[in-house]
Amino acid sequence: MFKYFEPNKIFSITSKAPKYVLLLFIIILSIGLTEALIFSPEDYKQSQSVRIMYVHVPAAWTCLGIFSIITFLSTTGYIFKIRNFFLISKSLAPSGFVFNIIALVTGSIWGKPTWGTWWAWDARITSMLILALFYILYLIAWRIYDDNDKAFKATSFITILGIINVPIIKYSVDWWNTLHQPASINILSKSSIHLSMLYPLLIMTAAFALFSLLIFLMKYNTELIKIKNKGLDRL
Amino acid sequence: MINEILTMNGYGLYVWSAFSFTLLSFTSLYLIIKIQYVKEKRKFVTKFGSLNSERATVAKSQSINKEILSNTTSF
Repeated sequence: MFKYFEPNKIFSITSKAPKYVLLLFIIILSIGLTEALIFSPEDYKQSQSVRIMYVHVPAAWTCLGIFSIITFLSTTGYIFKIRNFFLISKSLAPSGFVFNIIALVTGSIWGKPTWGTWWAWDARITSMLILALFYILYLIAWRIYDDNDKAFKATSFITILGIINVPIIKYSVDWWNTLHQPASINILSKSSIHLSMLYPLLIMTAAFALFSLLIFLMKYNTELIKIKNKGLDRL
Repeated sequence: MINEILTMNGYGLYVWSAFSFTLLSFTSLYLIIKIQYVKEKRKFVTKFGSLNSERATVAKSQSINKEILSNTTSF
């Protein structure tokens, strides 16, 4: 099964896909922004500041999702010795990190009118900051190690340590008294968010996911060409 | 209407700065990755051009190399 993931086989797809993904991303983002900034209603408590949710929440979801995928691919890649999984993980990390920063910064901007402060050492916010540090460590590890095996080992170790933080982020609002509000959207039980706000939120999440796919494809192609450049040196 | 969208009941500064920061981050990341891609591809084309005919034939036998050379779009 893993032979289908070989770079040589999928490059013909990954090299052509970005332009279509970019187009789709622009369309979905335009719809999402119009819904989020113009058509969605204001909140009865937070008024218009609630619109920050449409960038803050998708960014947080995406960065958590990407980190989970990176961990899965790194550990699977390490166990089954699939180098391409590491290449995929490495290509996913930049967008995951940027989404983490967006979640922190927009959360801070949202915090000022809502809580009266830009920052609080609250469990949710602090655990998100820790996740950003894990992303930084992960990206640095790829830069430090020239030897691929060492890089594979180090990045797998970092992601395994970092994934412990993911459930802490998710349940921090339930386990501790935090300034951050509890989850409004639940998959297993009834969500407390109104549909008029849920739809723009889901559209923006789709746009963010498409953007991370776009960045992933571009980065993956770059990494493949980098490998091929080294291959030409050896000829 | 436009004034309402801009001021957002006094929250305009917060809302617009959050959205601007997000879009600025998107643009910056996109440009950084694109520049890296273009740089690597240029390097590849230069290296490929400097190969002698025998080595070039060997390199061309790999479909991915042909794919990189034929893919002239900016992605």
